Amino acid sequence: MWKPLRYALLAAALAALTPQAMAATPADTLVIAKQIDDLISLDPAEAYELSGIEVIANAYDRIMRFEPTDVNTLVPGVAESVTISDDGKTFTFKIRAGQKFASGNPVTAGDAAFSLQRVIKLEKTPVFLLSQLGWTKDNIDTMVTAPDDSTLVVTIGVIFAPSLVYALVGSVVGSVVDMKVAMEHETDGDFGNAWLKTNSAGSGAYVIKSWKPNDSVVLEANANYRGGAPKLNRVVIRHVPEASAQRLLLEKGDVDIADNLTPDQITAIGSNADIKVTTIPQALLYYVGLNVKTKELADPKVRQALRHLVDYDGMANSFLKGAAQVHQSFWATGFWASYDENPYNFDPAKAKALLAEAGYPDGFSLDLDAPNFAPFVNMAQSVQSTFAQGGVKVNIVSSEMSPMLTKYRARQHQALMVYWGPDYMDPHTNADGFVTNIDNSDAATGGKPLAWRNSWDSPELTAATKAAAEESDEAKRKEDYIELQKKVLDEGPYIIMFQSTSQRADRANVAGYVQGSSADVTYYNLTTK
Amino acid sequence: MSADRSVGAIAQHHRGRLAATIVRRTASFIASLAVTFVGLTAVTFFISKLTRIDPVLAVVGDKATQAAYDKAYQALGLDQSVFVQYGIYLKRLVSGDFGMSVLTSQPVLSDLLRVFPATFELATFATIIGVLVGVPAGVLAAARKGRWPDHVIRVVGLFGYSVPVFWLGLVGLFVFYGKLGWVSGTGRLDVFFDDVVTLRTGIILIDAAIDQQWDIVANAFSHLILPASILGYYSLAYIARMTRSFMIDQLSQEYVTAARIKGSSFWRAVWRHAFPNILVPLITVIGLSYASLLEGAVLTETVFAWPGLGLYITRALFNSDMNAVLGGTIVVGTVFIGINLLSDLLYKLFDPRLRAR
Repeated sequence: MWKPLRYALLAAALAALTPQAMAATPADTLVIAKQIDDLISLDPAEAYELSGIEVIANAYDRIMRFEPTDVNTLVPGVAESVTISDDGKTFTFKIRAGQKFASGNPVTAGDAAFSLQRVIKLEKTPVFLLSQLGWTKDNIDTMVTAPDDSTLVVTIGVIFAPSLVYALVGSVVGSVVDMKVAMEHETDGDFGNAWLKTNSAGSGAYVIKSWKPNDSVVLEANANYRGGAPKLNRVVIRHVPEASAQRLLLEKGDVDIADNLTPDQITAIGSNADIKVTTIPQALLYYVGLNVKTKELADPKVRQALRHLVDYDGMANSFLKGAAQVHQSFWATGFWASYDENPYNFDPAKAKALLAEAGYPDGFSLDLDAPNFAPFVNMAQSVQSTFAQGGVKVNIVSSEMSPMLTKYRARQHQALMVYWGPDYMDPHTNADGFVTNIDNSDAATGGKPLAWRNSWDSPELTAATKAAAEESDEAKRKEDYIELQKKVLDEGPYIIMFQSTSQRADRANVAGYVQGSSADVTYYNLTTK
Repeated sequence: MSADRSVGAIAQHHRGRLAATIVRRTASFIASLAVTFVGLTAVTFFISKLTRIDPVLAVVGDKATQAAYDKAYQALGLDQSVFVQYGIYLKRLVSGDFGMSVLTSQPVLSDLLRVFPATFELATFATIIGVLVGVPAGVLAAARKGRWPDHVIRVVGLFGYSVPVFWLGLVGLFVFYGKLGWVSGTGRLDVFFDDVVTLRTGIILIDAAIDQQWDIVANAFSHLILPASILGYYSLAYIARMTRSFMIDQLSQEYVTAARIKGSSFWRAVWRHAFPNILVPLITVIGLSYASLLEGAVLTETVFAWPGLGLYITRALFNSDMNAVLGGTIVVGTVFIGINLLSDLLYKLFDPRLRAR
């Protein structure tokens, strides 16, 4: 080969092999690698997916809210104070003066009323959060009013504990939308829904600049934000479906945060000084629903036996390590009124005894539906092998989420493994889901709560759930929920196994990223790097 | 005079025949397009109705009340009979309305205009790599049949053909991005360049070049080269194998021996005499391989976070997002018809017998 060429090639190869200067993200931009393909709408009256709610929490302020500076305490947000009428049915919120939307329009009580009204009128998925307050399309304009710019009057048609009402107006549907901007973009009486699916009109810390499905969400700082302009001007959330790719991007410094690393990847990057891992318990529960329409499962003793046939610690200490912790009652640890005892341990002998008492000394066979992805595949296999030790032969039916949920909602399963996340930060959300069953007929037209899906009809506990929601004495209310959780642990048609924990990996220079126990309380605006 | 007239008459006659041919061809192309589309959409539509996936759940989620569910059900037109639904879809389609995707909350047409260029860019580069490397490799393997170049090429080809693209992609990323730093990571551009390029064609390399933003061209290229090489490796394995077998067939023909006897060098006989004869079947192979890449490569797109057609259609399928699935199907159909047409034209270019006809 021609000599100079040979040297040139050699030099090029050497240059290529020397470690490259570390890539870095732009100094004023927070770059997050995350799976965001669940996102289908960014309208706070419609969005009900985790990614969407997280973005909305950063683009909109709420009537009541968990502030980025304290994600554990619900305080007035757009409102500054609230008074309650003697009958406990009318809440008068005083709106903070001087607030501005990103558009520059002032934030008024009229905007807050409009925001609540459009949730009811649009009737999208999250409508149930507010419709349980006794609001309908016909009465909402009189139940929620704004007599002047600084007064929002909210009347509820049911008796509800004040803390529960606050939790509801502090959830995603309590996001305050800029009425002027929304109505400028209205088409066919949709209150701006079509436009707000992909844009924002809020007074939160950021403005949604673009959302490219399966690609990215870009946010830009809103200088008008009540809590002060965000520290970083831009947030770019990149859809990176593959966890290994997320890890590489983080290690190379091309992203600041990786959100969906697997437990073994978290372990692997533990020794990297440029990366730090944060573990945050989440409100999400992993459970098995036991359809009591199945002959064997109708017996509470059998259900207790099955709860003794799950190797909780075995899973939590192996493939779920860092991703979940054992939790058996229906309201997650770390929240007000949680019940933190885990009375069921893995005990095949006891399970066999219970099964014998119930008339199944030789066990029986059972179909278990489970999603076909991690961690459910491993969890289903573990359950299959431990159930076998009690003589219960499990047939795993693995499928995509969507057809599985269709089956669940038609209650055609025997046992079904899935997760459940609360809708707002009050135990009523889970009590209502796991316990309330007003009409156990196949034709019931409610929201198909979990108790209905598992054909579990307990009028006594349904009444207790209602009473707890109405209880205005906070201490008594807490007692009620703990009692309720114990009862469901005993009699319910569930094997609640774990509470998920989120493990997030950041570049070491990232500070101030606020991640609470759910998408509602994940905030970007205090982040520095 | 008379001779002139007759020449003119012949020319006119030829022109007339040519025009008639073009009209006939165009008409038959449009007809085949229409039949293909009706067939494709009908099959896709009715098969999707047999799946157990509930499209409403994708819109309203698991926790919706019955009322919210019913409202979405009606908004999707699912309360109509399947045939009415299909009729409505076709009617809208004729007027150019692909409908809205429920997953992206955007018109399917604008979704497709966003995702297809990404896939087109990737598939085109991959095919160029596949052809530039695969064809010479196949010819070499045939020329050195049974000797070491043949074995090496076959083993390398077999590896590319049989190793999962997904795994290859991850290893490629790990080595060339993670360890060596020769190429950029996932996605189509660095965050620095997000939203800087004015999108015209949607193909970033071209759009940035139009604006003469050469740093963006370089960045886009450095993002593109790895996934394109991985896909290109896969297609070159196939192309090389087919080239080899076509070539072996030609090299055993008498005309090659005749050329050699007449004093032609071995390589001249290979390239000047044998190679033109394998072009027509080779075009078919390349066309098919290109078309299959243009459908979108789901696994590669997943690993490289490449927002292309494969990811789009797959996600739409899993959620029974009908408008998106049908829109994607139409794109794939168009691609296949287009590539077929292109191959037909290329046959004429390379096969004198067809040209004469």
